[in-house]
Amino acid sequence: MSLDPATVRRIARLARIGIDESDLQSLQGEMNGILGWIEQLDEVNVDGVAPMVGTEHAILRMRDDIVTDGNIRDAVLSNATDTVGPYYTVPKVVE
Amino acid sequence: MSYLIEGKTGTWEIVVGLEVHAQVISKSKLFSGASATYGGEANTHVSLVDAGFPGMLPVINRECVAQAVRTGLGLKARINLQSRFDRKNYFYADLPTGYQISQFTHPIVGEGTVEIELSDGTVRHIGITRLHLEQDAGKSMHDQDPSRSFIDLNRAGVALMEIVSEPDIRSPEEAGAYLRKLRMILRYLGTCDGNMEEGSMRADVNVSVRKKDEPFRTRCEIKNVNSIRYVMHAIEAEAARQVEIWESGGSVDQETRLFDPSRNETRSLRSKEDAHDYRYFPDPDLLPLVIEEEWVRNLEKSLPELPDDKRDRFEKEYGIPHYDAGVLVAEQAIADYYETVAHGRDGRLAANWVTGDLFAALNRSGRDIQDSPISAEALGGMLDLVSDGTINGKIAKEVFEDMLETGDSAADIVERKGLKQVTDTGAIDKAVADIMARHADKVEEYRGGKDRLFGFFVGQVMKAMAGKANPALVNEALKKVL
Amino acid sequence: MLTELTIAAARDGLRRRDFSAVELVKAHVDAIDRLNGRLNAFITVTSEDALKAAERADELLGHGDAPDLAGIPLGIKDLFCTNGVRTTAASRMLENFIPPYESTVTANLLRDGAVFIGKTNLDEFAMGSANITSAFGNVENPWKREGDPQTALVPGGSSGGSAAAVAAGLAMGATGTDTGGSIRQPAAYCGIVGLKPTYGRCSRWGTIAFASSLDQAGPMARTVEDCAIMLQSMAGFDPKDSTSVDHPVDDYRAACSGSLKGMRVGIPREYRVDGMPAEIEASWKQGVEWLRDAGCEIVDVSLPHTKYGLATYYIVAPAECSSNLARYDGVRFGRRVEAPTLDEMYEKTRREGFGAEVRRRIMIGTYVLSAGYYDAYYLKAQKVRSLIRRDFTEAFEKVDVMLTPTAPSPAFAQGEKTDDPVQMYLNDVFTVPASMAGMPAMSLPAGLSERGLPLGLQLIGRPFDEKSLLAAGRALERAAAFTHRPAIRAEGV
Repeated sequence: MSLDPATVRRIARLARIGIDESDLQSLQGEMNGILGWIEQLDEVNVDGVAPMVGTEHAILRMRDDIVTDGNIRDAVLSNATDTVGPYYTVPKVVE
Repeated sequence: MSYLIEGKTGTWEIVVGLEVHAQVISKSKLFSGASATYGGEANTHVSLVDAGFPGMLPVINRECVAQAVRTGLGLKARINLQSRFDRKNYFYADLPTGYQISQFTHPIVGEGTVEIELSDGTVRHIGITRLHLEQDAGKSMHDQDPSRSFIDLNRAGVALMEIVSEPDIRSPEEAGAYLRKLRMILRYLGTCDGNMEEGSMRADVNVSVRKKDEPFRTRCEIKNVNSIRYVMHAIEAEAARQVEIWESGGSVDQETRLFDPSRNETRSLRSKEDAHDYRYFPDPDLLPLVIEEEWVRNLEKSLPELPDDKRDRFEKEYGIPHYDAGVLVAEQAIADYYETVAHGRDGRLAANWVTGDLFAALNRSGRDIQDSPISAEALGGMLDLVSDGTINGKIAKEVFEDMLETGDSAADIVERKGLKQVTDTGAIDKAVADIMARHADKVEEYRGGKDRLFGFFVGQVMKAMAGKANPALVNEALKKVL
Repeated sequence: MLTELTIAAARDGLRRRDFSAVELVKAHVDAIDRLNGRLNAFITVTSEDALKAAERADELLGHGDAPDLAGIPLGIKDLFCTNGVRTTAASRMLENFIPPYESTVTANLLRDGAVFIGKTNLDEFAMGSANITSAFGNVENPWKREGDPQTALVPGGSSGGSAAAVAAGLAMGATGTDTGGSIRQPAAYCGIVGLKPTYGRCSRWGTIAFASSLDQAGPMARTVEDCAIMLQSMAGFDPKDSTSVDHPVDDYRAACSGSLKGMRVGIPREYRVDGMPAEIEASWKQGVEWLRDAGCEIVDVSLPHTKYGLATYYIVAPAECSSNLARYDGVRFGRRVEAPTLDEMYEKTRREGFGAEVRRRIMIGTYVLSAGYYDAYYLKAQKVRSLIRRDFTEAFEKVDVMLTPTAPSPAFAQGEKTDDPVQMYLNDVFTVPASMAGMPAMSLPAGLSERGLPLGLQLIGRPFDEKSLLAAGRALERAAAFTHRPAIRAEGV
């Protein structure tokens, strides 16, 4: 299976990575190389095998319902390029 | 009640399934220790986890899991002791990490059911497909600046339960009844406040239409409808639109739509070219969620009595009609109030007073039962005076009005106003004799066969005794003399 | 020479007041001043803060109640968020990012008195095996091929800056992170020791994520014992990381002198890959002999699915990274390229902010998770991963540790293996399987290649049995008596 340029564009769009024509060509080649190499997994029989999850040495721990965080607006906004008052901003979204 | 659309080509049935997002009642967020309280200054109920800072990790809130389990139990649903969190990947301005942590393939709650009752008394069971936990997103504000939208993450990461119904709903009325019932259950359980105006409960509505006995046709999803009335209107409008498309030879596209209440129509939200591909996969920052059977049983034991059970019990225990019982259990606070009044008293009398005079009074003053000017104990005290013959039903109305105004107890009012019922037969006999003497002509007429004048005499005697006479004794005395 | 001391020796020297913490830190700061321009091992140098911290350490040392790592100058991989100190992940995206928080691992080290002298260079977002994807330039390996002092070699990656700094004497030790070999492979290329602990042993909180189910922090130092000393501080349960395991932390330093009597060492036959260079094979054989001489029983074992480790890794890691890196969108932190619409802002920001390798992995990851491909790629890979882990679990019923080479070659030159991403990925062929299975593993220098470059051997252990790794590692270290030093180093240059 080999990716066509339209698929590469669609994936780039899903990943929100801008690509131009030269990116497209090299990406298509590299991705096809990697995906072709990955196809070696086709020969592995995984019937009845459960997919691996995280670590088998723990289960999900639950924390108590206590407010322990927040009220740190300065820290929350400290690295933003563009803020107005207490808000982050983005280019206007038209809904 | 069947709801069918008569089209040009035949009769259409509507098929509706609802996805309700219910905000979980908890102090802190699903995966962070920031406050989950509604409101607050912008970006103050936000931790670095909620803002998706590099290296920040989620840790799950036990209470949110418990709330989901309680809700599942309330929906008579299967509780999955093993569930899992997945990432739903998409980019949006108010989604800080670029993914929402949700439960895709292994939800915490499986199949359940909700019983609804329609206005004609029909009872239907709406299937619950699943309930899962997920994070809410932040809020974008689009009207503050000409070129930018503003982002507030206070709600980002607050726990939501998504409750998905089977496509079992067949009319706008059923959809309304389902939502009201679901909200009632959530409020009884204390797992969601059900406040649709503040957005703590909102619905995505899946609508399709079909001819009788056909398989399902393509459905459309109407996103984020925030009132029960709008849900009902949206279903009507969308079903009509779809019937028209099918009947004009077109076909309905599966898509997401928005309901515009001002125009009473739905419109397409996004085009197909931009179709989402959420790339769900298990969140590697979290392990599978495993809960103990015993923990679930303990939660079950601590559940409050649910509305259906309470209604049935009220009917049986207090001997009140099904309809009244239904009205009384609509809100936990009303049911509690009623039970306090009815406890050890005449259940029917209590129901009549609560659903009659009390509701009317609350309505007039625009108050909730929680801040009723007459406490349940006080109303009960008044009913005691009626039952033991201290006051009669008519005086009781006067006492009730006084209680509303002054907040005094019924006994005090009766004492203060001297409203105690007169049971002294001598006094009654005397009043009867006076009336007979004053209305000798009427006595003649009565004796001549005009039976309905009896009421006139009762009225006159009561009036003469300022309403305080025991009506039964008055009747007795009159009958004797007449 | 202070820059040649081990951490263990420096601790003793500081306590004997043979030298002060200020002198020790100053020696390393000076070395950075002299050599970092060439090696480019540090992205950010924090000499002023380091010297202040050294003064405080001296006070505590004077009172006799100094914590374990008081005054020890360490490099911190620039993937660990450090409170108030720029943390870049070697990406243009985070060029100006100043975290208002301290990662758990670095907070543990600070608690124990360590002095941070700077943030070390790495492959961008830890994605790379040669430290040539950093937005802050390549790191140069301080080692040179014999008779070829001109050619700049790669230090390995992704913790290449940490490895180069420790090898050249710019830091006594450094933190690394290992997702598929990012501690062990650069340790091997730079002739130092690097330990990737069991997944869940060191907290991931505050460390910039690459692939969450694989990322694990660990120590890099010049001796096995120094790694043990650092790990003692770095390891531990952290309730802020849901994948952190609440398992007691062993006495790692004591473990270094543990007995090897009766220890069973597995030699996984599948690691004898076709075309393995003779010098790699010879070094491996030598390692086997050393362990046999130390009293170990050598056992042939089979890990039949490890050959799929790399391909599995290149599905799982990009998939997780494509999601983990979605947060870099120009809104709350990091680079932002303004554009008229939200989507254009995202696309421009991410096009400019990420380098080519990171973009490539995000693309692969996005693809393997996309509708219709999830089962064939991601789900399949996680199942193969289960088989890989099962292989290890079964083998560890027969043996206590395993011995393999760390990398299929010694350090290569900058510019080599860069045409084809897959060729670059093959550098991790021996390190990736232990990562996929979550097992602890360590690389240590075992000798020199024909051209005078360090060769590493890898020990792999059972989950949470870092102790056996350290014991076997110390024995190998003693037998190898690796005293070679790189051409470029602080001392004697």
